[in-house]
Amino acid sequence: MFATIPLAQERVHEPPRASQAMPLVSVDQVERLYDASSGQAATRALASTTFRVYPGEFIAIVGPSGCGKTTLLRILGGLLPPTRGKVTLRGEPLTGPRSEIGYVFQHANLMPWRTVERNIALPLELQHLPKEEVERRARDVLALVGLQGFEQAYPRQLSGGMAQRAALARTLVHKPELLLLDEPFGALDAITRERMNLELLRIRAAYEYTAVMVTHNISEAVFLADRVLVMSHRPGRVVCEVVVSLPRPRPLENMGTPEFARLAQEVRAAIDRQQEPALPG
Amino acid sequence: MWVARKAGSTKDDAVPSRRAGWFRRHRTEILLAPIVLATVLLLWEGLVLWRGYPSFILPSPVLVARKFLVVLADGVLWYHTRSTLIEIALGLVLGLSTATVLGYLIAKSPRLERILSPYLVAAQSIPVIAIAPLLIIWIKDPNLSKVLICAITIFFPTLISTVVGIRSVEPDLIALMQSLRATRWQILTKLEIPGALPVLFGGLKIGVSLAVIGAVVAEFIGADRGLGYLINLSRGILDTPLLFVALVSLVVVAVLLYGFVSLLEHRLLAWKRIE
Repeated sequence: MFATIPLAQERVHEPPRASQAMPLVSVDQVERLYDASSGQAATRALASTTFRVYPGEFIAIVGPSGCGKTTLLRILGGLLPPTRGKVTLRGEPLTGPRSEIGYVFQHANLMPWRTVERNIALPLELQHLPKEEVERRARDVLALVGLQGFEQAYPRQLSGGMAQRAALARTLVHKPELLLLDEPFGALDAITRERMNLELLRIRAAYEYTAVMVTHNISEAVFLADRVLVMSHRPGRVVCEVVVSLPRPRPLENMGTPEFARLAQEVRAAIDRQQEPALPG
Repeated sequence: MWVARKAGSTKDDAVPSRRAGWFRRHRTEILLAPIVLATVLLLWEGLVLWRGYPSFILPSPVLVARKFLVVLADGVLWYHTRSTLIEIALGLVLGLSTATVLGYLIAKSPRLERILSPYLVAAQSIPVIAIAPLLIIWIKDPNLSKVLICAITIFFPTLISTVVGIRSVEPDLIALMQSLRATRWQILTKLEIPGALPVLFGGLKIGVSLAVIGAVVAEFIGADRGLGYLINLSRGILDTPLLFVALVSLVVVAVLLYGFVSLLEHRLLAWKRIE
């Protein structure tokens, strides 16, 4: 199962060359309209968006608020069908939620009536796995995210950071290949957020996942990602891509380097180039 | 704390059991309750002695207690209480099952809500006591009509708390269940029911109290047994001590029902009390 890995022992991780590997996820001219039924003109939440995600990559998506980042992530998770275009997972069309995909929500989204352990066990419980296996795997993943000793705690007894750790553990317990993270640390304080970022990278040493993370935070995006995709104002689409060539493992000290500052500035400039849309008159 | 200070206290003393802890926290209430009750009974007895009321106006508590022992011994009290209890139980089963199912469907379908809500609001604004005579006329079986009246009284509070409870379930938790490919049945049993339970219990607590009222209303209007019938009967024959006995029995039934629901809530929603 998962080995326990000490902090800052993240494995060196080489994203494969885009040209040589088959993409894990392909997003082809995906669009999403909202609410065409109520007689009003439909709102375009997402304009034609195309990009690829290769196995083992960490992608960060940044953009102005309300640009459809969450809509895009929900489409990737199979929670929302695209109005136009298509999404494929390893070449097969995505028609709904898949067990290879794990979704981490903005809020920890734990069930308050279940203990931490039972919350984490939920995905396995839904698959009717034998009780011993469920318990063993829940315990393993609890150790992986550093929540030992909190098995019997209830969500309301956890701090924001610990609740988000539990949410992460719940997603990791069924070992998804693709992790979709919807601003998972947005509500946390700066220090806890940094610690959770390190944690995300450290966990990759235990098992390699591919990740697409939506975030508001530019330094978080640069710190974690291999590529940062910048989206435009609503209706959003991917307008540019910043490749983050910083070597891995990446310690927190990376954030102080000139190279890091240059990349962050590049992402910021790309966001700033997105003009506020003119109000319809 | 005083236990710990005792010299040579054993380990068992130092760690009081949960029951002892509960007793200590509620000691004042436990000691005060009988004192309050005794005071009220004494004032009542005193009032009767002082004013010299005849027993058909206000019987003394001693007289009521004596009557209680008589009807308890000859089985009359149990005969009527049992009848009322059965009506309430059947009314609860019927009212709760229909209200929770319909409430769930309404919570899940805004269209159904739009179609039904005018009728539901209209039906709710009619007091049960006003439609009870109709039901007695329409339904031949007197037992069925009483159960039905009881069911109708608890129907609306349960229906509304079901709708509110199911709608209070976090939409992101439903998205989570969907992302985990949960079946509709799993979403119902593992998310919606436990999620709606806190609100549902609020409705249920109101509902059981109303069920007692519903049963009495039904028995007032057309019945040949039950505590409501007993109240009516004792009024007719001016047996006021018997009326008091029936009243007290009704209160006991209502308190026990409420206590049972509270106990159930205490058990099922233990997570709510975690600090």
